[in-house]
Amino acid sequence: MPQPRQSPARSAFAFLVLIAVIIGASAAAFAYTAGFFSPQRLTPDRMVDAFTPPGGEPLGHRKNHAKGICFTGTFEANGAGAALSQAQAFARGQYPVLGRFNLGTPDSNAPDATVRVRGIGLRIATPDGQEWRSAMVDLPFFPVATPEAFYALLIASASNPDAIKTFAAAHPEVAAFGAWAKSAPWNASYAEGRFNSLNSFVFTNSAGVDSTVRWSILPAAQPVPVSPDDLAKRAPDFLEQDIAERVRGGPQRWTMVVTIANPGDPTADPSKAWPDDRRAVEVGTLTVQQIEAERDGPCRDINFDPTVLPPGIRTSDDPFPAARSAVYAKSYDRRTAEASYYPRTAAEANP
Amino acid sequence: MIGDRRRFTPLQRLLHWLMAVCILAMLFIGVGMASTVMPIHLTLIAIHRPLGIAILVLALVRLVVRLRYGAPPLPADLPLPMKLGAYLSHVAFYALMIVMPLIGWAMLSASAYPVVLFSGVHLPPILPQSDFLHTLLWNAHFYFAFLFFALILLHVAAALFHALVRRDGVFDAMASIAAHDEVAPAE
Repeated sequence: MPQPRQSPARSAFAFLVLIAVIIGASAAAFAYTAGFFSPQRLTPDRMVDAFTPPGGEPLGHRKNHAKGICFTGTFEANGAGAALSQAQAFARGQYPVLGRFNLGTPDSNAPDATVRVRGIGLRIATPDGQEWRSAMVDLPFFPVATPEAFYALLIASASNPDAIKTFAAAHPEVAAFGAWAKSAPWNASYAEGRFNSLNSFVFTNSAGVDSTVRWSILPAAQPVPVSPDDLAKRAPDFLEQDIAERVRGGPQRWTMVVTIANPGDPTADPSKAWPDDRRAVEVGTLTVQQIEAERDGPCRDINFDPTVLPPGIRTSDDPFPAARSAVYAKSYDRRTAEASYYPRTAAEANP
Repeated sequence: MIGDRRRFTPLQRLLHWLMAVCILAMLFIGVGMASTVMPIHLTLIAIHRPLGIAILVLALVRLVVRLRYGAPPLPADLPLPMKLGAYLSHVAFYALMIVMPLIGWAMLSASAYPVVLFSGVHLPPILPQSDFLHTLLWNAHFYFAFLFFALILLHVAAALFHALVRRDGVFDAMASIAAHDEVAPAE
């Protein structure tokens, strides 16, 4: 095919250079977006790496809250929550729950008495096909205000005591957590724990009205304070033994309470508790009916990602649920790839 | 335009450019969302899932259109390796356009994640929960994404080479989404 060209060789070379520049710039833009040029970017991988305990990553386990025990049960909504959220989980009725009690540690073999923070993961399934996943802890507020600060805290904690002092000076809010860790009473049972969402979320009711809320589950069992020294004398898995025993004796219950923020409350900062006088609505009862195995049980490959929400609940201006979602997913990707390090015992194990 | 075999049909050109925008956005969104824990992570994922399914639907439509209307012939003087490369790259594009969204969907299924398109609208799982399959699919999704982008760069380089250096009408066969064949290739 004849081609009209003015100065063929030179213009062809110039165009080849132009093409190379376009392709190179496109590749660079892609690599930049993927974070290849941004060693400071807080990626899910870096955050997960920061949890790595001195003994190494808990291969095959969750990268934090690594030790836990699974359960099944129900959430029985009393209907009061329907005024706040159109999620079916708040319509009067009983819905199946999969959950997991856990310890806030990346060490899957930590003795129970050594871990200050305990948590619970929940998945409430409703007949409309929706799921509400949540992961709560027994802290009254989070140690720091932002995911970046949390990353810095993890890094500082893994360094020397001076690093922690420097961190605390830059993030004064962490002092409240330190005070809580020192003074809050311990108890000897998951069944006596009050667990809090800490993060805020936005509820939308059927009239389209939004409320920014946090939620908690309050134990029916009366907490009995126990000294840390007493706990240290118990078996390393005393919490798991205790909850299994209690549930064998009868279902264990918690009341779910939704607390509604007033205008101006710090909805974006989980390190700040809201004042005690905020309106709180009891929305239902969580009942733990059966303890399930951790290794072969139904929680093992469930990610209690707090951003898996039904219509009627969505994330707020709190930056943590997004970060938790990204990091939990990374933890999930890694531990499922490491399944051979934590082999199943059941015959019907995955291929 | 009946009898015009120099260019792709207007429908094919429309699908090409629409999908070019979607797929480029998809790949940038994918590597972007995977590399940040900031709130934009959730926004990007919320776009990534329905956009992926949209690409799957468009790709299936496009495959049918391609099988029905074919492609204009490449210039007779194009060296055989380039012809072969063009053919193989098209096959790879169709494979990736269809397989990538399916892998993403299957990956979410294997990890027991709800496959949310929009608030309240889910797709059914297409695989049972399985850590083994999740890992396999995750790796495939990851590496195919970079392969896909590399293929696009190669495709753009080849298109520009045809347009600027060879000026052989190959670029014009897809260049415009306008229905009329105003510009005849340089002849």
